[in-house]
Amino acid sequence: MAIRRRDFLKNTAFAAVSAGLPRLARGTETASIYDLERFGNARILHITDTHAQLNPVYFREPSVNIGIGEMAGRPPHLVGRAFLERFGIRPDSADAYAFTCFEFEKSAGRFGKLGGFAHLKTLVDRLRGDVGERNSLLLDGGDLWQGTGLANVMQGRDMVEVANLLGIEAMTGHWEFTYGEQALRDNLERFKGEFLAQNVFLTEEAAFNDAAAFDKASGRVFKPSVIREIGGHRVAIVGQAFPYVPIAHPKRFTPDWTFGIREEELQKYVDALRGADKVDAVILLSHNGMDVDLKLASRVTGIDVILGGHTHDAVPQPIPVKNAGGTTLVTNAGSNGKFVAVLDLALDKGKLGDVRYHLLPVYSELLKPDPAMAELIGRLRAPHVTDWAEKIATPDRLLYRRGNFSGPVDELICTALRTELDAEIALSPGFRWGVTALSGQALTMEDVLAETAITYPETYVQEMLGADIKNVLEDICDNLFNADPYYQQGGDMVRAGGLSYTCTPTAAIGSRISDVKLNGDKTLSASHRYKVAGWASVNGQQGAPVWDVVAKYLRSGRMFQERLGTGVTLKGVEDNPGIAG
Amino acid sequence: MTTTGSYPTRRLIIQGAATVALLGLGNLPFAAIPALAAANDKYPEEAFKLKNEADAIKALYGRTAEPSDKVKLDAPEIAENGGVVPISVTTTLDKVTSISFFVAENPNALAASYKIPDGTLPGIANRLKMAKTSNVTAIVEADGKLYSATKEVKVTVGGCGG
Repeated sequence: MAIRRRDFLKNTAFAAVSAGLPRLARGTETASIYDLERFGNARILHITDTHAQLNPVYFREPSVNIGIGEMAGRPPHLVGRAFLERFGIRPDSADAYAFTCFEFEKSAGRFGKLGGFAHLKTLVDRLRGDVGERNSLLLDGGDLWQGTGLANVMQGRDMVEVANLLGIEAMTGHWEFTYGEQALRDNLERFKGEFLAQNVFLTEEAAFNDAAAFDKASGRVFKPSVIREIGGHRVAIVGQAFPYVPIAHPKRFTPDWTFGIREEELQKYVDALRGADKVDAVILLSHNGMDVDLKLASRVTGIDVILGGHTHDAVPQPIPVKNAGGTTLVTNAGSNGKFVAVLDLALDKGKLGDVRYHLLPVYSELLKPDPAMAELIGRLRAPHVTDWAEKIATPDRLLYRRGNFSGPVDELICTALRTELDAEIALSPGFRWGVTALSGQALTMEDVLAETAITYPETYVQEMLGADIKNVLEDICDNLFNADPYYQQGGDMVRAGGLSYTCTPTAAIGSRISDVKLNGDKTLSASHRYKVAGWASVNGQQGAPVWDVVAKYLRSGRMFQERLGTGVTLKGVEDNPGIAG
Repeated sequence: MTTTGSYPTRRLIIQGAATVALLGLGNLPFAAIPALAAANDKYPEEAFKLKNEADAIKALYGRTAEPSDKVKLDAPEIAENGGVVPISVTTTLDKVTSISFFVAENPNALAASYKIPDGTLPGIANRLKMAKTSNVTAIVEADGKLYSATKEVKVTVGGCGG
């Protein structure tokens, strides 16, 4: 386990290059991966959904990411080998490890962790330095302030400091909103960049009560866009926050604000940027999620590129989408600090000529951590790390979360909830953040927090009718598999500890879930009441924070139980390339 | 203009009732209004009681509507609060005499019906209470014909990933 790979890696890379021999697999990518050929006159760097992971992480991409209807078989709904084939990535390469779940455990040993803000800083500075002053921009697509215990106790303040040092010039938001208006505004006071959101408005009541807003006339709470001159041309960056904040999270965090995709307002806004402001290019910095962005790109005209996030899809190439006004490119730049997207633009008067796009994996073993950022990270972590450093368990298998239906992290959380709260069934949200831990790697409280740190962590136990449980499963399943992306919220299926069921993603809402069984044998009765435990409820709850429940369970020496009664049987998607074979 | 709200908009009913009461007292400044109200149909009690959308449309208008892109229905894809879903309609049609809203999956499909007096800009914004995910249909009566627009609005239990 504790093989130090960094030296090995560098030696291999250098040896391969200097000797002029056929390069070894990793030598090929590592020697020149960050030396990009110059193109165009302006460069935009885009990171998104880093989820506050200050240090490098392991993060396994999904082996189940099903697309249905028009989304079937097209990026981002490709996994494993289908993904590698679509994008021409060699299965034994470092890129295969970064972009897919293919042979993850084996490759984790070879290629190490990705991301980390000190490493990110080194890479960002290099990529910006390559194109010279005033020719580049650094954008963040949101979910920057949440995902670790540290970010949670500091309400994202740590990430604002990091963002300032990294040089983020504009961002939009999602989990940022879950700290509530006051904390959000306090953080934005300190943030040196712009927080952009064209789709967040005051509610009518809040507007009537004269609540604070960027523009009282339109009711827009935040600045919708910023125009920057790069490469001698004017580029507009429009922010699109996560459209479903008050639905996906407790409404109490954002009582005065109303969200939504706001296609029509966006179209008017883009038209004005093109018309009155005469910008040379329009970029949408979006937290819609990739499927929503692909649909939006087909309907809204005048946007050159949508730099997307939310759904954590690491898509190596932009997807061109035709609309009435031309073509819009749609990207999605992965998560957890694993990637930096580089968008090189050939800008002309009033138009974008051509682009080059690279989604660069941040291989921490190939990048020297930036000393100033490393120092800042150390300083921010210092007051808390010792409290969270105690080793509380050592799992005997790979722990990951990401996947449409299940993952070992959530299995563990559900088992902990059922055991500690003495419930028959446990429900755990299908979050897409939360890092991966290798088998045999000791878990600390910091690791537990990296899977659970939210501002509404309270657990609950309640009785629920079988019929209601089934409805919850149906409702959340529709968030994933509604044929119209505008009706999807992103995220994965709720994890149901103690239940097994059959899911037919291609069916309509209300008839996707069948054959629901408790503990693998007893059919769930619609009229029977079951004891259900859970966390992250959108309604206020009073129970202990989930991280304490999970830690208590792990400290008792227990871990995975026999996987009795958990499991999802998929129907009607047998050949879907969103399922790894 | 008289306003008739039912199940979804209790406040409007109350306001409507108050207005009627005032008029009943023969409040002179409003003298012109009763005449106008009288010119329109009376309160469509029967239509508001019906469960089914098609039945309610038939009871209210006696015929069916044709979908039209001149009816612009603005509603969220996913409601932030099913209790108060902001839904509005504008139209470029001429000679509009009424605008009605139907929520197919509500216990009673007809949610609200507005009479539009001559010379009024035909635009209505209201909030409807929705029991669950449903199609919402707006019908605009213009020059004696019915035109409609429909959109699905999801009412969800929430919860998220990302």
